Amino acid sequence: MESVTDHPERWATAIGGAALVVWGARKLSQEQNPVGALLATTGAGLIWRSGRTDTRTRLAGPRGTIVEESVAINRAPEELYEFWRSLEMLPIVMPQLTSVELVGHRRSHWTAKGPARWPLEWYADVINDIPNELIAWRSVEGSDLVSAGSVHFESRSAGRGTAVRIKLQYDPPGGKLGAAFAWAFGDEPSQVIREGLRRFKALMETGEIPTTEGQPRGSR
Amino acid sequence: MKALVWHGKNDVRVEQVPDPQILNPRDAIVKVTSTAICGSDLHLLDGFIPTMQAGDILGHEFMGEVMEVGTRNHKLKVGDRVVVPFTIACGSCFFCDRQLWSACDNSNPNARMVEELYGYAGSGLFGYSHMMGGYAGGQAQYVRVPYADVGPMKVPDHLADEQVLFLTDIFPTGYMAAENCNIQPGDIVAVWGCGPVGQMAIASALMLGAEKVVAIDRVPARLRMASRLGHVETINFEEDDVFDRLKQLTAGRGPDSCIEAVGLEAHGATLDAYYDRVKAAAFLATDRPTALRQAIHACRKGGTVSIPGVYGGFLDKMPFGAAFGKGLTFKMGQTHVMKYLKPLLDRIDAGEIDPSFVITHRLPIDQAAEAYKTFRDNKDECIKVVLKPH
Repeated sequence: MESVTDHPERWATAIGGAALVVWGARKLSQEQNPVGALLATTGAGLIWRSGRTDTRTRLAGPRGTIVEESVAINRAPEELYEFWRSLEMLPIVMPQLTSVELVGHRRSHWTAKGPARWPLEWYADVINDIPNELIAWRSVEGSDLVSAGSVHFESRSAGRGTAVRIKLQYDPPGGKLGAAFAWAFGDEPSQVIREGLRRFKALMETGEIPTTEGQPRGSR
Repeated sequence: MKALVWHGKNDVRVEQVPDPQILNPRDAIVKVTSTAICGSDLHLLDGFIPTMQAGDILGHEFMGEVMEVGTRNHKLKVGDRVVVPFTIACGSCFFCDRQLWSACDNSNPNARMVEELYGYAGSGLFGYSHMMGGYAGGQAQYVRVPYADVGPMKVPDHLADEQVLFLTDIFPTGYMAAENCNIQPGDIVAVWGCGPVGQMAIASALMLGAEKVVAIDRVPARLRMASRLGHVETINFEEDDVFDRLKQLTAGRGPDSCIEAVGLEAHGATLDAYYDRVKAAAFLATDRPTALRQAIHACRKGGTVSIPGVYGGFLDKMPFGAAFGKGLTFKMGQTHVMKYLKPLLDRIDAGEIDPSFVITHRLPIDQAAEAYKTFRDNKDECIKVVLKPH
């Protein structure tokens, strides 16, 4: 992806967007002023736009956004596959997801947080499943939201664990739902996926996800 | 509880904060019986380390008694007396498997920040900035220890706190610096910086068979302490030319290994040192590598430059031609503390070394803020401060 820094007008859009977010958030929290929410939302939209060559193509284009990330995990492919196969554990590693629930052998119901806790939901089917190697899914025909994903597990030699490769594609149709989905996955979906994989790896290797949330601190 | 809290450059205070709690199943809560101020804490006091936040609790050299353990911690029991490594490691990733504990893949929840700077992130550390995990430190009455079934080591009751406290950082750090020199019979090792890590490096180099150690500093009390360790020559860099003296002391060949135990805030009496100060003050460079330059320049051909001194960012004017021209080996990095805990405890237990020789000040934690400044300003011949939180 091209960098925002290559283009001064995108910088301007991003900075303007950030200023609106900050101003809006402050209005919302300090003055309880609902206009703040509107300002913040508009600002976030601008930031989102600043990173894109063409907002229209990104929101409605033929392929949408594709993200691919990988991580090496010091565990056998069987264990990792086991975790992913049920899909229901995914919200642990992707906090943007509220829940994934199996509703049939291949079908699952997904919910995610949108802006202002606005819930998004869709159904997906597992379209490919090779035990210990690959799981792939796609949102069902007729969903407001088209998204697909796959995760690949490849055993590495010499005690080097498993290479896990995740590929996500989402194709927001424009309109409210598409914009909301973009919000949930942020301006940098690859970063979101990377952080998700990092949590997944920690959970698989250590049984917990590292945190400092809730520890003591002094006055600011 | 009471804790030493960072508020900004030159501003640390002891204040009341909430007690820590178990946050993850492998955690433990430790009641701190002894904790020390590390030379690297002074980089925090001086504002050289990025991603600090007002309210952060400092301290990464501490030991104490286990008060509480998480549901999945099957190694520690309430009442165990433990030393806690300053590096936090999960014990089950690629790097921990290979004893590269300070490169742990999982223990830093803010790894992303470091990746932007360094490409890949090392382990989390106690009380050492948000980039390094943002973990609350142990200059406090109580501390939460993550992965407490991996790092903490039980210590026998017949050894006093002061004898084992430095297993948490400076002893393994000085030892690893010496080990990295791959010392051979007849070797002469030069050590820049005779603060606590430098003292441990000198003692360790002698323990590992160095024929002679040359200790370099400008503080007379530190040089006196070093010279008491045995086969040690000293150079005061404000009085003598370091390169010339090292040449004299090594029959013109140069030291076989050079240990740089100073790091990013080096003081120097040379022109390049003043240049670095101006650049760092203007934020054109982040680190002041005077001692490192000297070490590279002075090292013999084919020798090793071992760097326990802490660096954080960018170095300017490094004599890389000299390093290449002489075929030097560089070894550096945060200490893999867990690798050294048991072997070094055994050496202490056997009476081969008593690391408490570096302690000059023993104070209650209420005086911690003043102690930072006494240590930083080399007042009162201060070399190492141990704080008592209870």
